[in-house]
Amino acid sequence: MKRIIGIAVLLLVVYLATWIMADAFSGRAVFMSGYNQENLLRRIALYGILGIGVSLVIITGGIDLSLGSVVCLVGVGVPWLAVGQGWPMPVVLLLALVLPLAIGLGHGLLVTRLRLQPFIVTLCGLLIYRGVTRGFTQDQTAGFGNGFKALRWLANGEIPLFSGFGIPVPLLILGVVAALVAVFLNRTIYGRYLLALGNSEEAARFSGIQTDRMVIVAYVICSFLAGLAGLLFVLDVNLAQPVDFGNFYELFAIAAAVLGGCSLRGGTGTVLGVLAGTALIQVLRNMINLVFPAYQNMEYAVIGLVILAGVVADELAKRAVARQKAGS
Amino acid sequence: MADNAQPRLVANGICKSFPGVRALHEVNLRVFPGEILALLGENGAGKSTLMKILAGVQKPDAGTIEAEGVVIPVGSVQEALRQGIALIHQELNLATNLTVGANIFLGREPHRYGWIDEKAIAAESRRVLDLVGLEIDPSREVGDLTLGQMQLVEIAKALSVNARVLILDEPTSSLSARETDRLFAVMGDLRERGVSLIYISHRLAEIQRMADRVTVLRDGLNAGELSRTEISHDAMVRLMVGRDVSRVYQRTAGTPGATVLELKEVRTPANPSQSVSLQVRAGEIVGLAGLIGAGRTELLEALFGVTPPLAGEIRVEGKPLQPQHPRDAVRGGLALVPEDRKKQGVVLAESVRRNLSLASLERDRLRGFLLNEAAESEITSRMIRELRIKTPGEEQPVRFLSGGNQQKVVIGKWLAMSPRVFLLDEPTRGIDVGAKQEIYQLMETLAASGAGILFVSSELEEILGLADRVLVMHEGRLTGELSRGELSEERIMTLATGGPAGASRANGSDHQA
Repeated sequence: MKRIIGIAVLLLVVYLATWIMADAFSGRAVFMSGYNQENLLRRIALYGILGIGVSLVIITGGIDLSLGSVVCLVGVGVPWLAVGQGWPMPVVLLLALVLPLAIGLGHGLLVTRLRLQPFIVTLCGLLIYRGVTRGFTQDQTAGFGNGFKALRWLANGEIPLFSGFGIPVPLLILGVVAALVAVFLNRTIYGRYLLALGNSEEAARFSGIQTDRMVIVAYVICSFLAGLAGLLFVLDVNLAQPVDFGNFYELFAIAAAVLGGCSLRGGTGTVLGVLAGTALIQVLRNMINLVFPAYQNMEYAVIGLVILAGVVADELAKRAVARQKAGS
Repeated sequence: MADNAQPRLVANGICKSFPGVRALHEVNLRVFPGEILALLGENGAGKSTLMKILAGVQKPDAGTIEAEGVVIPVGSVQEALRQGIALIHQELNLATNLTVGANIFLGREPHRYGWIDEKAIAAESRRVLDLVGLEIDPSREVGDLTLGQMQLVEIAKALSVNARVLILDEPTSSLSARETDRLFAVMGDLRERGVSLIYISHRLAEIQRMADRVTVLRDGLNAGELSRTEISHDAMVRLMVGRDVSRVYQRTAGTPGATVLELKEVRTPANPSQSVSLQVRAGEIVGLAGLIGAGRTELLEALFGVTPPLAGEIRVEGKPLQPQHPRDAVRGGLALVPEDRKKQGVVLAESVRRNLSLASLERDRLRGFLLNEAAESEITSRMIRELRIKTPGEEQPVRFLSGGNQQKVVIGKWLAMSPRVFLLDEPTRGIDVGAKQEIYQLMETLAASGAGILFVSSELEEILGLADRVLVMHEGRLTGELSRGELSEERIMTLATGGPAGASRANGSDHQA
């Protein structure tokens, strides 16, 4: 819990600052409007699913760079097959859920059985899945047009709360995913195994834990959630271009996990932290949009600087605590 | 060393604290030219901290250091090196991918016009390697050397910067007997040349053999000093622990029961051409003796499924076991207390509670996969109580426990599974004298409760004091078996070095004699 207080405070500060700057400068409720808040929550939900997935892999001490390409594969593949190739939607959806499972299994097997480095395995994944998607679709944009309204409700729908504001449906999906993963991590023996092996694979194995299987499970869940997020992303925006759909999403997800307290060395991480990290990044993007529209092109630089500042502040705080203890 | 000579190095009133720990308080130390000073103390007594301060790696909170009678600035490695003080770490600091010569000159390569002067490196390397009696080619890669050779390269490196005070931190802990002899010869030679050596070790016999003087630390304080004539095993132990302890542990022998562990011609990946057959009975403590590299750890790891055995038959209480993964061995009733406690025994970053329950989570699970927190709490509090694990609380990260208490956590983790056979690999390595006794008692208790115990130890005293029966390994095979009545250091060493079976009973299990 202690680990996420810092990020929670930072999130609150950035949120309030955005509110004050955006709404006070313009004299209108542009940030605190039902429309903007709903959109913000929707994006947090979609990116949050990615962040939670990759945090499981990071807990094992690994990394998954292929998320964005899996988002592309599913996000472009679903409309391309269902609309472009005329496949029945249930078959396409089944494929959209099964294919990422197979991808995760492949990553996990390569990492555990062949002892390949996760960075290399998933870097190759990043290249392969995007290349495959672009090749099959000939770089043609895919979309649902006016069809599949009911299905798209999963991503762009809302549960009306009061006039002008509703809970975005993806937020409910994120809630379910987050709850399941939190239970997995904190209440099941497998979550315990995952944290233990992330801290010391050898000690966990010497305790009779089948660490390879647990690592594979982490990669499978991660890719599956990336596929789910890819599906929701395309259902939300309706159009997906193979060239850039999902570009850099893996980095947003990894950044959110790290901001939220996951150590790239493995062994630590909480679902709440990852959610806070995701929210922080999305509020920042929202701030740039609303307050500094002239600097839109600087978005990555700003996000990069804030993440760096967050990590540096965290490290300095840790050292201050250590020094304080030393002094006592 | 003459008493009226000027000390080469003097530390006065050194104090140093770390978060929550007072590592050193008003500690004094002197070392004279041409002297081997042994620095002795239990783990956590402050030896390593003091050495790091002398070498400038750490800065003391208070106190001064004088070299040749002149106060020198503290907390600077450069300054210490300028005064000729060199620290040789227990874990060697060599770049294994570079050559011997490159290591000796790392960071101060002689050069001409920007090009490294390989000739100068070769010549100077040859000179210092000769000083330590190493006949290896300086152009060999360090990674190809044995540990003992690497140690000597480290010393040669220190000599090449004109070290006049060499600090050796447990230099023999991973050396074979022959390598140790060689190192001691070099140390004696350096002493003749007037070099001062400060030598940290837990091995009292070695100190007795080598040291001119012993300084003992206890709980961060000077506990006392022994001159050459006063050095004896008992005197050293008395100063270390502050009380008299019997020289070796004496096991109260029990009556062993039925066979719990049986190996028939088991072949391990480490020594595929050799096979091992042995038996351990319930209530019996069997020692596995041998030199480093004899294949003892490899045998235990094969039994436990870490590196599955290639062939042979293993039975636990008569039931066949084919361990392909530690999980199979655990289910079959085995427990392994591994050699590398910090890496393989405990998850350092996790709490006492999580470590104690790690092995039994699966057995105690609810609804197929949920944690059983009640069972976990019960195991945690029971093990802390029964094994007298000293910890401020269940949530304390194991990292902050002492070595002895960490080892108790490893044993407690397995005790929760009620294994039939305990395999212990160097169970008291890196554990201080007081805690060793507790581990010995614990092993006896385990045996008394009906478990079979097979333990590896490189400390002969430990084997002599604890084992009901001793099996000796040499180059992957058993070379002999000694019953309690037949035990002696000489017999064990003879078998361990592959010498004639002598007085020992023929083992008969090795068809590859």
